Amino acid sequence: MHRIAQIEKSQMKEEIPRFGAGDTVKVHVRIKEGDKERIQVFQGTVIGRRGGGTGETFTVRKISQGVGVERVFPLHSPNVARIERVRRGAVRRGKLYYLRGLTGKSARIKEQLTDNTSRTKEKTKKETEE
Amino acid sequence: MKEIVGRKLGMTRIFSESGEAVPVTVVEAGPCPVVARRAVDKDGYEALQIGFGKVKKVRKRRTRRRGPKVLSHANQAVAGQYARAGVEPREFLREIRFDEGEIDVGSDLTVTLFNEGELVDVIGISRGLGFAGTMKRHGFSGANKTHGQSDRWRAPGSIGQCATPSRVFKGKRMSGRMGHDKVTVLKLRIVKIIEDENLMLIKGAVPGSKGSLVKVRTSNRSRNGLSK
Repeated sequence: MHRIAQIEKSQMKEEIPRFGAGDTVKVHVRIKEGDKERIQVFQGTVIGRRGGGTGETFTVRKISQGVGVERVFPLHSPNVARIERVRRGAVRRGKLYYLRGLTGKSARIKEQLTDNTSRTKEKTKKETEE
Repeated sequence: MKEIVGRKLGMTRIFSESGEAVPVTVVEAGPCPVVARRAVDKDGYEALQIGFGKVKKVRKRRTRRRGPKVLSHANQAVAGQYARAGVEPREFLREIRFDEGEIDVGSDLTVTLFNEGELVDVIGISRGLGFAGTMKRHGFSGANKTHGQSDRWRAPGSIGQCATPSRVFKGKRMSGRMGHDKVTVLKLRIVKIIEDENLMLIKGAVPGSKGSLVKVRTSNRSRNGLSK
């Protein structure tokens, strides 16, 4: 297992911004058209992260022209050029699949303004240590 | 034809240059020292005998006789075979067909035998699944859960006719032991070779459980290991 972990490590991105379910992110996606390459931004709410190692993915949901659109990105894919956290969401679970059934006002997520949960406290403590 | 013996370590996925996620099996292949050579005039066929893996050291049970506490897994007869080639005893000894130039007895076969992008066949022993029913073993469809049925969802159904022929045909597919068979998977592509660690990343799945022995050889469905 250890040797596979090593192979995976060489495939993984070294720096990934801290983000999770409930956060609003901008995902900069590399798109190849023929021999040209450009970057497209997909902005939406992260409704979950799953998997580990090179296989970790996250799902971003947005409402586009009244239609819900979800995209699943492999976290470590070279096609995901950059992930930007725009807004932190205050949510109490890891997977926000319940958003699929909601529209309009009820589908909003409150913004996390202060680090008042113990989990985020721990994280920020780590951050300052680093 | 080239061939090497290795151990399946497990699966993962890596990204190709175009950003595609490629599922790969990690195989630790070699180094395999050549222990003996079989020749047509002496043995009736051409082959190389190669070793692989570390010898298991087993602690000898305490006996009245004095002797070394730690014994090699290889008994004297086998150890003698290795000694003749000047090689440390290995866990496995296998014969392979090999016709890519001469290789001296005592030298090692390594992953560098193969190139990235080459097509290979992988031979292994599939995972043993124990006594399995017809649905799992042969893909039967089973029966209705409803419509008055009970306890018969996974039953195979009829296994034959009545008075004629008043017997069940040989080879009738039924429940039984499944897996632990020799399985060959043809035409898998080598995605990457990590020379320093004797690792080979092969696209797709390979028979066997993690840690099981596999043989990797030039695909006999392709010319020179390249796509036909």
